[in-house]
Amino acid sequence: MEIDRIGGLRLVLRHQKNNTMQLAIASGKGGTGKTTVAVFLFHFWAKYKNRSVQLVDCDVEEPNAALFLSPLRMKNKKTVYQYIPEIDTWVCTFCKKCSEWCTFNAITIVANRKFAEVDNTLCHSCGACLVACPENALTEKPHPLGAITHYITEDGNFFSEGRLEVGSAMQTMLIKALKKEVRKKENITILDSPPGTSCPVVETAADADYVILVTEPTPFGLHDLKITVELLHELQKPFGVVVNKAGLGSTDVYAFLEENNIELLGEIPFSREFARRYSAGELLKEIPQELEKIYRNIIESVLKSTQKTVEA
Amino acid sequence: MKEITILSGKGGAGKTSVAAAFASLAKNTVYCDNDVDAADLHLIFNPEIQEKHDFSSGSKAVIDPEKCSVCGLCTEHCRFDAIHLNKNGIPEVNPFQCEGCRLCERICPEQAITSIQFNNNKWFVSKTRFGPLIHARMGAGEENSGRLVTEIRKKAKEIAAESAADFIINDGPPGIGCPVIASVTGTGKVLLVIEPSLSGLHDAKRLFRLVNSFHIPVEAVINKFDVNEELTLETEKFLNEHQIPLLGKIPFDTVLVESMVNEQTIVEFDPGNRISTAIKSIWKQLSEN
Repeated sequence: MEIDRIGGLRLVLRHQKNNTMQLAIASGKGGTGKTTVAVFLFHFWAKYKNRSVQLVDCDVEEPNAALFLSPLRMKNKKTVYQYIPEIDTWVCTFCKKCSEWCTFNAITIVANRKFAEVDNTLCHSCGACLVACPENALTEKPHPLGAITHYITEDGNFFSEGRLEVGSAMQTMLIKALKKEVRKKENITILDSPPGTSCPVVETAADADYVILVTEPTPFGLHDLKITVELLHELQKPFGVVVNKAGLGSTDVYAFLEENNIELLGEIPFSREFARRYSAGELLKEIPQELEKIYRNIIESVLKSTQKTVEA
Repeated sequence: MKEITILSGKGGAGKTSVAAAFASLAKNTVYCDNDVDAADLHLIFNPEIQEKHDFSSGSKAVIDPEKCSVCGLCTEHCRFDAIHLNKNGIPEVNPFQCEGCRLCERICPEQAITSIQFNNNKWFVSKTRFGPLIHARMGAGEENSGRLVTEIRKKAKEIAAESAADFIINDGPPGIGCPVIASVTGTGKVLLVIEPSLSGLHDAKRLFRLVNSFHIPVEAVINKFDVNEELTLETEKFLNEHQIPLLGKIPFDTVLVESMVNEQTIVEFDPGNRISTAIKSIWKQLSEN
């Protein structure tokens, strides 16, 4: 398959260069269990494979992985800023060139009222207005976009999180900044992706070598899985699927996977007791043996799959 | 006419199931699926599409290798790291990274860059057994879902005005980012669907701060309340502290998934079920307040 060829090629290059691999956990629909799967993979990968593993919470609008990883030791925290231009109306001649160049309609100029302003929620900080202005009337000022925090877990692994400032509409920009900040040395990097199929997901999965899709066997889960599969085809990413809450809903998802030749990496049965433990943030406490076995198999399947693409 | 937006912060809290259940109870209402990224309401509404519209999410730059002199100006100015040298040493735009700001096109001394419009998104006006539904389908990996939300809400308002509807119900997107901001701006009221989990409450609190900054009234329901009664108590405490009216608590029952599989709302599928009873009482309060 074309995806395997290109994605595999990328994987070969990275493997040969520095023996690292990035896995993105995505889903389409929210609440299917991305964070749960990411947290368990993080935990078990470190335990079994004796490799350095880090987890990166890219779901910056609703960063939840930390809730399941306590106690965490904070290493370092920094605020990320978005630079938004301000127009000096003393210098501005109200020629409107900046607003003509702004494709995001973020600039309003009313010449006869000597009014010139940039809308913070619409500005993408592309810098076009700065180049457009013949008078140098624009200066970029920092606005907090969110925070990036690095932690160390009890087991000594790295965990990083991006947390969008409430009110900011630029989640993708923060994900980009987060990806630049994370360590590049770890053997395995697990990226917990936001839900959906638009730009924040693309940003998260863009550099991933392999994507694990988490779905639930409900009509909503399947519908959103299909759109996400379409996206991954477009991005030319190799991927496999984990069915979470198996036993609920219908078996349609399995038929879909079979028809489209998509690898089923594993199934996690629905359990009300598990839902309660999730709700209390107690995923990693007294993990049932059956569950441990399921995740062990998922890890082996992912390794086999990525190995296959490396060899292909 | 009242416009109600249903939100949760965390995904999977039950926004769509609750919105669909309201549809079985509400009269003279226009429905709008604001979760354009992963729209699911139509799976229950079974819409008969009457109007189809394109929505352009913006443009993407394309470099003509024949005209390019490889001066590097575009790469230097692109703030989205979208322009890379390909294996022939010619700059190339990665369409997934390009945000369509057109700066490179404007500054290229060789005029080698053009922008092409992307019309990968569609939105629809449909007839359903509950009333009109406005919904969308975004192309995979598209940008500007916020603008698309604004667009379909505008249409929902027009239809509601023409038909003198009593309500618009917006089934909202998860998160607190651009599509959520677009679905909250100017709405009449927000209904928070909170799942009693650490993550559900954490996300609901962030969302509440966002909605509050818009000075929009908020009411709440706790969904799957019996999965963790302790956290339900904590959620109630939070609601109390912020004077957010709690309209009801919905129990957890897998029958909800069965109704979904049957393409029905829970009220249609099992009207006597405890979930349906809870939702009836919630809708009564929500619509009368």
